[in-house]
Amino acid sequence: MKSKTAQPVKQAVGVAPPASVTRREFLKRMGLLGGGLIVYATVGDMQAFARAAREGYKGAKVPVDFNAFLKIGTDSRVTCFVGKIEMGQGPITSFAQMVAEELDVLYESVDMVMGDTDRCPWDAGTWGSYSTRYYGVFVKEAACEAKGVLLELAAERLECPPARLVAQAGVIFDSNRPGNRVTYGELTQGRVIERHLKELPALKPVTEYAISGKSYLRRDAREKVTGAARYTGDIRLPGMVYAKILRPPAHGAKPLDVDTSAAERVTGVEVVRDGDLVAVLHPYPDVAQQALASIKAQYDLPQAGVNDHTIFEHLLKNAPSPVVVDQAGDLQMGQKKAATIVEETYLNSYVAHAPMETHTALAHFENGKLTVWASTQSPFGVQHQVAEAVGLSAEKVRVITPFVGGGFGGKSASAQAVEAARLAKMTAKPVMVMWSREEEFFFDTFRPAAVVKIRSGLDQDGRVAFWDFHVYFAGQRGCENFYEIPHHRESVYGEWRIAPGIHPFAVGPWRAPAANTNVYARDLHLNLMAAAAGQDPLDFRLRHLKDRRMRSVLEAVAQKFGYTSAKPPSGRGIGIACGIDAETVVAAMAEVVVDPKNGAVRVKRVACAQEMGQVVNPQGATIQMEGCLTMGLGYALAEEMRFDSGRLLDTNFDNYTIPRFSWVPKIETVIVPNPSLPPKGGGEPAIVCMGGVLATAVHDATGAKVFQLPMTRDRVMAALKNK
Amino acid sequence: MIETIAFTLNDQPVSLRVDSDRPLLWLLRTDLGLTGAKFGCGEGLCGACTVLVNNEAVPACQMSVKAVAGSDVRTIEGLAKNGQLHPIQEAFVAHDALQCGFCTPGMILRAYGLLVSNPTPTRQQIVDGMEDNLCRCGAHVRIVEAIQTAARALKGGTP
Repeated sequence: MKSKTAQPVKQAVGVAPPASVTRREFLKRMGLLGGGLIVYATVGDMQAFARAAREGYKGAKVPVDFNAFLKIGTDSRVTCFVGKIEMGQGPITSFAQMVAEELDVLYESVDMVMGDTDRCPWDAGTWGSYSTRYYGVFVKEAACEAKGVLLELAAERLECPPARLVAQAGVIFDSNRPGNRVTYGELTQGRVIERHLKELPALKPVTEYAISGKSYLRRDAREKVTGAARYTGDIRLPGMVYAKILRPPAHGAKPLDVDTSAAERVTGVEVVRDGDLVAVLHPYPDVAQQALASIKAQYDLPQAGVNDHTIFEHLLKNAPSPVVVDQAGDLQMGQKKAATIVEETYLNSYVAHAPMETHTALAHFENGKLTVWASTQSPFGVQHQVAEAVGLSAEKVRVITPFVGGGFGGKSASAQAVEAARLAKMTAKPVMVMWSREEEFFFDTFRPAAVVKIRSGLDQDGRVAFWDFHVYFAGQRGCENFYEIPHHRESVYGEWRIAPGIHPFAVGPWRAPAANTNVYARDLHLNLMAAAAGQDPLDFRLRHLKDRRMRSVLEAVAQKFGYTSAKPPSGRGIGIACGIDAETVVAAMAEVVVDPKNGAVRVKRVACAQEMGQVVNPQGATIQMEGCLTMGLGYALAEEMRFDSGRLLDTNFDNYTIPRFSWVPKIETVIVPNPSLPPKGGGEPAIVCMGGVLATAVHDATGAKVFQLPMTRDRVMAALKNK
Repeated sequence: MIETIAFTLNDQPVSLRVDSDRPLLWLLRTDLGLTGAKFGCGEGLCGACTVLVNNEAVPACQMSVKAVAGSDVRTIEGLAKNGQLHPIQEAFVAHDALQCGFCTPGMILRAYGLLVSNPTPTRQQIVDGMEDNLCRCGAHVRIVEAIQTAARALKGGTP
């Protein structure tokens, strides 16, 4: 063993196998291959990188070298680097748990570095509830291999057979002689570990978990309650200026004449123009804003176009041909067996992400390098966009993501970072772009308005004979069938991300894209079928369900809720919805009261059960469920962007209404344990139920079928009249 | 108008030569480097910029600098004393009453103002008192619980 002990061999760089080139470049970029490096090289290293780098975007790869994910300091503190960002969803806590668990160090000894393109391994973006279920695997593998290497090094250092070694809280000791010990920090001395294992050891079995699976409070809470937490808008650089950018009054409006003379006369204000980009800069954002207001601009306005009433007809008229994403049996045969047909159309409106922090970025050129601090869900995406916009290679651009003040999918797009970079280049000053609330609404990538048409039939036994589901422009996610229906087809006309020229403004991913629309339509439709069959809605679903995971959450939520059977509409105001999102199964029940005089819907309570495989931080997962259920009240009851011919009619929180304290019902959550599955998504699933659970509850309360979300008072009143 | 404005900020006297019509929010965030009060809407509709002026919670984006002349102004940075969190801050941490944290300083100061005017609020009074502060992550239930805990910890006393 001793003979293999590490020697400082810098030339190891030259003998590295080709597959490790990316890794080496990465380490070089991180400044980790500096002078004085001790390289732990062994013959085995030649094979160490047989595992291929993980595929990435535009040639970028997620590295396999564990050094990219973690560094152990001389004090044995562990720094974990991840390309993910923290926007409230809690990976800053759960990644630290995963590292501590797999590496056998104390949770408290892990520090997190997130979303910094110079320091962190590549990642596409923080979305899709992928952090734990996908990226978490990389983090665990890195920690697992690092521990394996540490054990090898310790065996040599302590002259102890590996089988006798125990790793615990950052220390490795000989179980026969516990005094014969060495700390991780003593082994690594804060340097890159150049030894690797031929094969990745097995990850720790879940039965041995002591840190993963245990509830932890947010580790960023203290910073956030004291105001010490830094968001992009809180970064300060010497000489920085705030930019306010001239915006058109409507999407599609073209500037004809722009007179900036009054703004130029304001002391200390700099006005810059580059094509359509007209900006006013000043060290104070409020002064820049005032100067911007003095700009006189004439626009060529777009012709009269769609509005929030005509949009649905427009969507149906312009629908692309469908993609059948799921089907079984033969619809015609199913129709022959149907005794009752239920056919309805469901509409869903454009909704905004409306994070409390508007899109913000600070860009700074220095020595030919550009650094951009950005509130973004995709630091590596921003790196490429910004590099392209200012004519730099991506390596010359560093994107740093401080705490992000909410994203929900809306910060997947980060146009503000490109604006800041262009302006910083033009002015040779650090430039902060912080969108106003009006800009945040105007440039949002809205959840698309959508139409769902469902035609279905019941056979003489009250079972679903066929199910023909058509979704226009919401997208596929969440529409796949999980019920035992012999003849069904799910047809998707356009995705939330692919619809050029269709929508009057930008659209994009909104927390569980497509699924909110699909689950609303499916569950309200199922309740209408249950009503037609004279069956209890829970029994009706269970009669058509074999899937054990889905049954488990429906049964769990019914128990939590204290559900008793009744045929809808029962007058009790109880709703039900369930779905699958990010591989997690989720079910919800709710109780509402509908005011027959004005159509106001008050939600008294919501219960939700989800099964998400192994759970890293049950507290964090529970909070994500609560957040989903609370946020989901908005799109179900009130949120929609009203617009006309490219103009947005709702531009601040007085007319675009998001959930408030008084709306929030009693919320109960259950996580159904299933440690046999690896972790599934947690940031989005529970929100998919909210449209369906409240629409079915309104129907159960009153018999009113509300075929458009949000269920505003007017729509509920209209549905009450039509029932 | 450029004039000298004096007030107390987080227990310290300050005297500044400023354009007194500027919004307090941007004076705090730029000249004074106190970034705890956040910009959220610019129209006093979201509460992210909430600060205390004479122990009353107000939106700093709607307050001119001259309006606070001679007043006692407190921002989130001035709530913990000697590294010891205020009971409201402690309760927010203990209840995980935050996610992205962007609304959190405003929520805490709004709760402070609420407990000044009503040290023993009912749950409904907390809900009513917090109504104008927006949270997009959906931490509402925990925020209400945190304020209940803080009120109990303060035993009806002044925050």
